[in-house]
Amino acid sequence: MIRRPKPERFRLRRTMMFMNAQKPGLIKDAYIYGCDSIMLDLEDAVAENQKDAARFSLYHALTTIDYGATEVIVRINGLDTPHWQEDIRVCVAGGADGIRIAKCESAQDVHTVEAAVEAAEKEFGVEVGRTLLMAALESPKGILNAYEICAASDRMFGVAISGGDFRKCLQTSFQRDGVDMLVARGQMLIAARAAGIQCFDTVFTDLDDEEGFRAEVLQNKAMGFDGKSLINPKQIRLVHEVFAPTEKEVRQAEAVVRAFVEQSAAGVGVFTVNGKMIDVAFIPGAQRTLRLAKACGMYEGDLV
Amino acid sequence: MEILKSAAAGTLESSDCMVTVEPGEGITLDLSSSVMNQYGRQIKAAVLETLERLDVKNCSVTVVDKGALECTLKARVECAVFRSSDASSANIPWGGAVR
Amino acid sequence: MINAVGREIPEELLVNGKEVYQGKYYMDGKYLQKAAPRNRRYEKPAESKIVETIADALKQCGAKDGMTFSFHHHLRNGDFVANMVMQAAVEELGLKDLTIAATSLGEAHDPIADYIEQGKVVGIQTSGIRGRVGDVVSHGALKTPAIIRSHGGRPRAIEAGEVHIDIAFVAAPTSDCVGNCRGIGGKSNCGSLGYAMTDAKYADHVVVVTDCLVDFPNFPASVEAIDVDAVVVVDSIGNPKKIASAAARISQNPRDLMMAENVAKVIASTPYFKEGFSFQTGVGGPSLAANLFLEKYMDERGIKMGWAIGGICGPMVELLKKGKVGKVIDVQDFDLDAVNSINQTPGHYEMSASQYANPANKGAFVNKLDFVVLAALEIDTGFNVNVLTGSDGVLRGAPGGHPDTAAGSKVCIIVTPLTRGRMATVCEKVVTVTTPGDCVDVLVTDYGIAVNPLRPDLIECLDKAGIPHVTIESLKEKAYSLVGRPDDLEWEDKVVAVLEARDGTILDVVRKIKPLEL
Repeated sequence: MIRRPKPERFRLRRTMMFMNAQKPGLIKDAYIYGCDSIMLDLEDAVAENQKDAARFSLYHALTTIDYGATEVIVRINGLDTPHWQEDIRVCVAGGADGIRIAKCESAQDVHTVEAAVEAAEKEFGVEVGRTLLMAALESPKGILNAYEICAASDRMFGVAISGGDFRKCLQTSFQRDGVDMLVARGQMLIAARAAGIQCFDTVFTDLDDEEGFRAEVLQNKAMGFDGKSLINPKQIRLVHEVFAPTEKEVRQAEAVVRAFVEQSAAGVGVFTVNGKMIDVAFIPGAQRTLRLAKACGMYEGDLV
Repeated sequence: MEILKSAAAGTLESSDCMVTVEPGEGITLDLSSSVMNQYGRQIKAAVLETLERLDVKNCSVTVVDKGALECTLKARVECAVFRSSDASSANIPWGGAVR
Repeated sequence: MINAVGREIPEELLVNGKEVYQGKYYMDGKYLQKAAPRNRRYEKPAESKIVETIADALKQCGAKDGMTFSFHHHLRNGDFVANMVMQAAVEELGLKDLTIAATSLGEAHDPIADYIEQGKVVGIQTSGIRGRVGDVVSHGALKTPAIIRSHGGRPRAIEAGEVHIDIAFVAAPTSDCVGNCRGIGGKSNCGSLGYAMTDAKYADHVVVVTDCLVDFPNFPASVEAIDVDAVVVVDSIGNPKKIASAAARISQNPRDLMMAENVAKVIASTPYFKEGFSFQTGVGGPSLAANLFLEKYMDERGIKMGWAIGGICGPMVELLKKGKVGKVIDVQDFDLDAVNSINQTPGHYEMSASQYANPANKGAFVNKLDFVVLAALEIDTGFNVNVLTGSDGVLRGAPGGHPDTAAGSKVCIIVTPLTRGRMATVCEKVVTVTTPGDCVDVLVTDYGIAVNPLRPDLIECLDKAGIPHVTIESLKEKAYSLVGRPDDLEWEDKVVAVLEARDGTILDVVRKIKPLEL
């Protein structure tokens, strides 16, 4: 049986690829394409009368397939369905890194899931607190309650918007310039940052529209998203390219972190690097850049 | 577990298998596979082992395999068995009889 | 006797000078005595060679029991001609003990399986064997072992007289009344007729079967009237829908694309990737998709491809039209874009199978090839490739030009997913060796790249370019960790097929498979 290492609450999550948990041919090696996280789906991708079968597949996939360093998240069915409790049991028993709460609308939803997760962790002898949570906001109410949702639990690592449902609620449709979701994306981002968690954008469904996809990813990056949900492996490369730091950013970050290590050992709090004044507040950002650079193959040092 | 009624799980897609269980006397296995010559014995062993773990004593099981990995094979057998007693939707013994 | 790829070859096959495979250039420099055909003289001028039926043509050519008939596979899975001829021979003329020497046999030829089972057809010599014919041969229904040769090995064997063709049948999309044939201009267009050319030159008799009679002279002709005894006009020689697909589209499968990109990366890392380089690729998903990524590297470096050969389809024709490849020369066309381009687009030419790949002539195209990208059913840790037998031991593939291009090219790249369903493509020992490992240089899979240790120069190229690679053993282990280690196949003693290396030595044999009893 594969025992996955303890999940990291904050790690690189540029790309989260959805996979139908019921399709053996898909889930057996989804990691080969190099996405940061895979999202095994028990919800929309699985027909109502195959929810049970999908859980059996999922359990054996989680316990026998070595996904390596790829994070494994499971999207469970909504709290308004009869499926979510058993979904949580199988996720925890199988050792999934995290659970994505579909259609989350309030902090209470997070608490409800968290209680069930904790119960399952106790039932299956899993360390309490191991299983991470993220929430999908799919309705205006979810967006309005974004901050309380983001701050509802220490297990929460991130929040994502689900475009299809949200656009329907808002009575709009996909717009090339993103104006349909601009406010929702912005509000969710602000809430996530205020709560100190990550924030992910929705899927882009037209696989033939490469130009539209690129524009959306560029906008995601400009707005401050950590990453994006994907529906096809061929989308991975572009996201990784767009989210990659520039060579100059990497060198600056490396210099900042190196200087910080040296200066703080010498007891200095504020110093300059390449003419810029640097203090401790710059360090997390610089470290994030280096981690990203490492994942992109642009940095091979040992500062992160 | 008792096989109370006929039940099936899986598909005939590539890399999957279709498992049907029916009430029977003892265990009988009808297996066909696209990889019979190389994996027939291993498939048979995996099916019987899974039934034994689920404590199924009487069952007629039909497996039409399209090159499923062992983890898929086990999942399909288990799902069919639990479905046959309408117990597939909740309180599955994950990590216990199902492992 | 154990041969150079470690296969046990039964002594009883090593008669009449037959030897076991001894390495890829073993026959180099030796002499070959060509076998001349025995041709009937047509001195007295005749207006036309048209005869009423195939049976009439058979009679005119003196068809009798024990003869060898040859066919070519340009009509692919749409071919009607081989079946029509065999039906006339067996059912109308009552012939038996026949041998079929085909360039390939597929699902279109399922009816011939009946003649094998009835003992009417006792010998098969082919470069591809699929469908029911493959099944019945695998199960031991053919009286003598089938002989499988590459596309280059076949003309070599014909020229050397190892295969003596009594009557060659040419399925011609167009012909005139005396037998000048072309692959285009009719309703069953197939483009190149390259595989039929050697047959027509070396057979005692040649019968053209066409469904589109055109005015004399049908020129330039692929098969010329000077070699033809009779012309038969039928309603239809094939199903156009199955002869050429509308257009071979480049795969959108992300796994194929990922592998194809790595193939192009490997190619671009070698010193042979320079102005005027030569290239052949298969039409399978990842092989064909390599075109797409290769074009990017060509643009980046500002270089053009000198020439491309092979079975050809649309994406290569597209490159030709864009001026990114100098010449395209082919033995076969796979889609309508290629069919409509051959001998029409400047720089797109036809060639014979011998000119393409024959190891015993004085300079086949494959010998000048820089890169070839090929698929595999299986590849083992010795880089031996199987493209003939399924991993269940049943004949269902085609060496085709695989062994020829692999042996001739400077860099042979095999591209294949690590597993297909539950089958490990990268394995310990392939069921049948169709292309010897000493001809295979690089393996690209969805789980990583491996370079043949016989090519330290390529290993250095990949290292310099920062392309990660692993050992083929580690890929095999990964495959087995995913699908489980397969049980060894069990065989009966009976040899159902002999696999000849392109030089005529014996590379491997296929025995009758013993079905698994649980």
